[in-house]
Parts: sequence; C-alpha cells; structure tokens
Amino acid sequence: MSCEACKKQKFEKVCRILEEHQADKSNLIPILHAVQREYRYLPEEILTYIATSLKMPPAKVYGVASFYAHFALEPKGKYVIHVCDGTACHVKGSIAILEAMQGKLGLDKEKCTTDDQLFTVETVSCLGACGMAPVITINEDVYGLVTPEKAGNLIEEILEKEKA
Amino acid sequence: MIAATVNLESIKENYLKALEKTQRQIVVCAGTACVANGSLKVFEAIKEQVEKKDLNVSVKLESDKDADVVMAKTGCRGFCQVGPLVTVRPQEYHYVRVKPEDAAEIVESSVADDKPVERLLYSDPATGNTCKTTKDIPFYTRQKRTVLDECGKIDACNIEEYISHEGYFAARKAFTQMQPQQIYDEVLESGLRGRGGGGFPTGKKWALTLPQPGEKKYVICNGDEGDPGAFMDRSLMEGNPHRVLEGMMIAARAIGADEAYVYVRAEYPLAVSRVSEAVRDAEALGILGDDVFGTGESLKIKVLEGAGAFVCGEETALIASIEGRRGMPNPKPPFPAQSGLWGRPTCINNVETLATVPLIIQHGAEYFKSMGTENSAGTKTFALTGHVANTGLIEVPFGLTLREIVFGIGGGVTDDDGNIFEDGFKAVQCGGPSGGCLTEEHLDLPIDYDNLRNIGAMVGSGGLVVMNKKTCMVQIAHFFMQFTQNESCGKCVPCREGTKQMLRLLEDIIEARATLETIDLLERVASAVSKGSLCGLGKTAPNPVLTTLKYFRDEYTAHVVHGKCPAGQCKAFAMPEIDPEKCIGCGLCKKKCPVDAIEGEKKQPHVIDQDKCIKCGACAEACKFNAVIGM
Repeated sequence: MSCEACKKQKFEKVCRILEEHQADKSNLIPILHAVQREYRYLPEEILTYIATSLKMPPAKVYGVASFYAHFALEPKGKYVIHVCDGTACHVKGSIAILEAMQGKLGLDKEKCTTDDQLFTVETVSCLGACGMAPVITINEDVYGLVTPEKAGNLIEEILEKEKA
Repeated sequence: MIAATVNLESIKENYLKALEKTQRQIVVCAGTACVANGSLKVFEAIKEQVEKKDLNVSVKLESDKDADVVMAKTGCRGFCQVGPLVTVRPQEYHYVRVKPEDAAEIVESSVADDKPVERLLYSDPATGNTCKTTKDIPFYTRQKRTVLDECGKIDACNIEEYISHEGYFAARKAFTQMQPQQIYDEVLESGLRGRGGGGFPTGKKWALTLPQPGEKKYVICNGDEGDPGAFMDRSLMEGNPHRVLEGMMIAARAIGADEAYVYVRAEYPLAVSRVSEAVRDAEALGILGDDVFGTGESLKIKVLEGAGAFVCGEETALIASIEGRRGMPNPKPPFPAQSGLWGRPTCINNVETLATVPLIIQHGAEYFKSMGTENSAGTKTFALTGHVANTGLIEVPFGLTLREIVFGIGGGVTDDDGNIFEDGFKAVQCGGPSGGCLTEEHLDLPIDYDNLRNIGAMVGSGGLVVMNKKTCMVQIAHFFMQFTQNESCGKCVPCREGTKQMLRLLEDIIEARATLETIDLLERVASAVSKGSLCGLGKTAPNPVLTTLKYFRDEYTAHVVHGKCPAGQCKAFAMPEIDPEKCIGCGLCKKKCPVDAIEGEKKQPHVIDQDKCIKCGACAEACKFNAVIGM
C-alpha cells in the first residue's frame, strides 16, 4: 500500500497510523484506536479513507467501528465524563450522580455532549474500581466515593478553569 | 541445562544483595483505587522528604546500583477502602489513608527512626486494636493470598524484583525440564479449573489443543474483564504482569504454540501499559523471543487492546475481535482448540487461570490440591464490593462460606452512608450478569463451582456485590437485564429479542403495570433465552432474573399484587403524603410541584392530591422539615 495519494494534510496522521500498522486488515481495531486517540472520534471521511487503504468495503469498517462501545462516531467534548454504572456503583447510587450531572449541563440520554463541545457525559458498564464505588472518570482522572454534590462541584471547577 | 542467555539465579542473587544494602523500602500502592485517592501525590511527597534528609533515594531497586531508600509503586494491595496505602520495610509498617501532609512524619519516624506513626496505622473497628502490619489486620489474616501474593508487594514494572521472588523459574522448568504432556498432566492433576467463569479443567483444555494437526498454534490470554463489579484480572495485570506472562509461556509450551496474545480491555489503560512494558522487559532479557531459555523454541507475545464489548469475553467472539472483525461469537464446535485464531488450534485462558499456573509447575499439583475443596482446588480471588464495610480484592480458598467472606473479611453489611447496618444483610450477587443472587439461607454454604451451580448462581469471574435490605431485587434483575440487553451482539434471535422482551416485562413490574401473568411470561421467556441462545452471554443472561424469582419471589408479588415495593425503591409505588404534624405550611413544596398537586393555605398543613401527583419527589426534596413521607 502506498500513501502517495495522501497529500492532503488532513489525512497525514491517518497515513502515518496506517503505515505503523502495515496497513493490515487484521490490525483494524488497533488502527481505529490510534485514529480515535488522534481526533477524539472517528470522522466519517477518515473511516472511508481507512476502508480504501485496507481494501475493505466501507460498510465493514463502519460495522466494526459501530459495534464497539469504545469507538465514537460523533465528536466528543473536551471533558469526557464517564459515570460508572457497574453493579457496585449502581447499588451505591450512580444513577443519581448521572442525573445530577445531566441536569446541570442540560443533557439527557439522547444528548450526551453539550452544545459548546465542552462536556460529554456517558455511562460505562464498569471501570474496575468497584472498591471506591460510586466512581466517575473525567478524561484520564478517576474519582471515587462520588456524591451528586461532589460531581456538581467537579463540573463547577472545570467551568471556573475554562473561564480563567 | 541452564541457558546462556539468561541466568535467573544470578539476577536473583544480585538483586537480593542490593536489597540487603538498602536500609528502607517505602512502597506506595498505585492500584486504580489508591491512585484515585491521590497515592501518586503521596509518593512524590515522601520522595521529597527522603531527599531532604540527604539520603540517597532510588525509585527502582536495581542490582547494580546502591541506594539508602528505595521507593516503589506497586499494584493493588486489595484493601481499597482505606487507601492510599503505604508500607515501610523491613518493619512492614502498614499505613492507611495516607495524605501528602503525612510524608514528613513517615520519613521522620519510620525511616530516620524506627518507630511507626501510630495515627496512620489501621485500627480494627471490631476490637479497637491498632494493627502495625498486615499480619494483624483481619481483612488480610482471614485470606489466603497465593495468586495475589506478590501483587501489591512488588514493583510491577521491575522484572528483577519478580525474578528475585523466583519469577520465571517455573517457565524455565517447563521449557527445559518438562515435556508438553508432563505439563498438562501436572495441571490436570492439580484440579485447576478456568477462573473466567466456566470452570472447565485447564489441563484438559491444553490436552485437547496439543494433538491438533498443524505447526502453528496460538495462546490467548483473555483480559477482557467486562463483568460489572469485578476487577481481579485488572489487579493482576496491573500488579504482577510478569506472573501472567509466565503463565502464558507455560501454556504455550504445553500446547506447542510460538505466538501468544494478551487481549486487554480498553477501559484498563494502566493494565495495557504495564503488560506491554513487561513484555518488552522479558524480551530484553531474552526470556521471550527466538531462543527461550536456550531451548531453541521461539515465543512472541503481543498485547492487544479491546474496544468495549462484553461479548468479547466469549472465546469465539474474542477471536473475531483479534482478527479485526465485529466481536460476534460462532457456534461450537468447532472449538477454538480445533479451529481458533485464523483457523489454527488456539487455547484461550483467563488472566487469573494463567497467573495460577506458575504456582502449580513450581510447587506441584499436590501443593495446589491441598487448598480448596475436592472438586474445586486452590484459591479464588473475589472482588468484594457493594454494601460492605471492607471493600476490595480478596483471595480465599474454595470452601470458605459466604458468612466468613461478608462478615469476617468484609467486616459486615453497611447502610447507604457506610455505617454498619446490623441485620441489614439481604443478598450477595455473585458472578456478575451471568451469575445469581445468594441469600441469607446460603450464608453457610461452602463456596465452590458445584455448590454455586446447584443453586443457580456461578463463580463467574468472581464479583461479589453485597446488598443491604434497602435494595430492591426486581430493580437489580432489571439492572442486569439492561446490561445484557445492551451488550447482546444481536447475532441470534433468542438473545437479541428475548432479552429486550424480558427487560420490558421487568419495566412493567417496576412501573406498576404488571400482573401475575407478567411474572409467568417473564419466566417462560427466560427459559427460552437460556435454552435457545448461541453463546454463554445469552445462555446465562436470564440467571439474575431466575435466581431473584426463586429466592425473592415475594418481592415480585408485592410489586404486582400489593402494589408495593418492599425496599421502598420503586418510585411508581411511592405514595407521597404530607405529615400534618411536621408541616408548617411554608408553601415551598407547593411552589416546586410541577403538576400543581399540592394544596393548602399559608401556615396551614398542606395536602397532596393523589390523582394529580406524578410521584416525582420534588416536594420531598424541597421540604426542609421532612414532612413529606411515603417516598
């Protein structure tokens, strides 16, 4: 596979990622991971480009991207908040935390990202930190023993920081 | 025959010599829970204090370097409830809930001097005793840590330290002194069964893979721990990744594979990076590579990141995912042992299973069989969570009772605020979405594979979620059904449609739309899904519903017949009323009510119009005098 076609700057990063993975079909999932790390989601034209480069039907690539929960097909906010809804967190009240944050940011089940693209609030099945349930993560940081109030304060803190 | 490439004995000897020269070791837990509580800041603060003392501090003990104080970050120590945890060696002082501000005192008293910092030691709430080391803490003394033994004690990223604990000695024995058949015979003899949930004898699995035709075979380590409420695989991969690799090496030798994969959940970034680092370190020492222990055998291990699909815990779905496809399972047979990754014979084992193997090869099958019960040998790690005083990761021999786990190790049941809730025990959900509920009548049942299966639950991956009397069991069943319905891959109809219908029926019960027929129908659909589904996810999806129906049927009937939620959790059955004694007529609830269901004059007790009320609870939230009752 040659990357001569990718003169456009937009595809430069994808080309590099494809080269790192020998443009091999069996590396599709690692490729999608790398692309998502770069763009924070999987833009449609990039998925099509990956399909062409790997000589796969775009539907197959889309099929894989949409199957796994970790891959996002819509842009996400700058701060991605994951509310853990594993069993331990659930019995300790994770839904109240989710609802508190959704209420504060004007989000709901259907609408996960704020209009200013600052926050995305989603649930995940388990973060594996059940000893500190209920748990949320904001990007890479893990917060344990969260209450609806504490969650609200965390959002306030971020808003303050963004204003400054 | 000992390889010229790597001399484990000399690495061990040099490391121990360097250790002897070190006066103190300060070990900070860097498991996920402790990190969330700020243990990395504690680490930096202590390091700064040690440096202030003009001591020579090293963050990694290396055999060719001298240091006065060695600091290390370990994996999870299990006692997550009281983190961040710090241990000072050689005295083994075990500090709990350490804050960066405590650093100076720790260094002053237990490094420069020899005394423990009393206020940071764990105090046993039952006896009031102060526990200097883990040997005094009931949470630890009642356990038998073998697989987890080094997890939390050693620096996960220091291969020399692992070798100094005789790490990779078992792998070397397997490669240089044992034939493949001897290895699987030993594992079969030990009685080790798969720790991922199924409980299939590991030795048998290997014995099936070895005689398959073809040169190319694969070993896969299943680190796609998707069970909500379980984190033992995570802790092992983060806390002792070399142990997992060593198990994989032995498995590869037993089945004749020269390539292996570790498939790790994407939600576990720390596990991904630690396992990858461990592979690189083992390759650098020549333990992995083209000439394993000088035998001329080759073994390469690759680390792959999953992408968030619970169904990938299924062998065939996991294989599809490694091949770059949607993680959908295939009917068995053919079994992966016959035709797995890229059509080659493949052996898939769970992380904990593989981490157990080096113990068996090193100490023999008899040693392993001496722990546990007749049909379930050895120990099992459990993630003890939920409404229990001591949450965390534990390891106990099979055969221990639930009572010993929940009340002995776990320290008893708690209420929502974390205080001990006498007589509050209601149930333990065991084995995640594939498992079932254990109740008071099972408290004295010795836990093993067969006993749990007989009562409709399973060991599963080992999540134990304790629930108190304030938990609604119908809601718990609904919670698991929501999970399996979300995670169903959609390939087969019984699972795709059946779980959806079960979820609807459960919603009807919770939202007060159900009758007794709903429960009958729910049971019938459950049995159809269980019989007709293609893979383990669908086959076991009805378990939480079936076991709650079996042991908490009266709770279901209370919902549909008496229109009541005994735990008081289902909003649909709430009957909010205003206590005229407490109401001062401030009018706040009236103002907040979105449907104008509250009436009353100022300074007079208010009343809720039950016909208009939508039971949203806004009034109860608004009332400052707790006058709204029945919510």
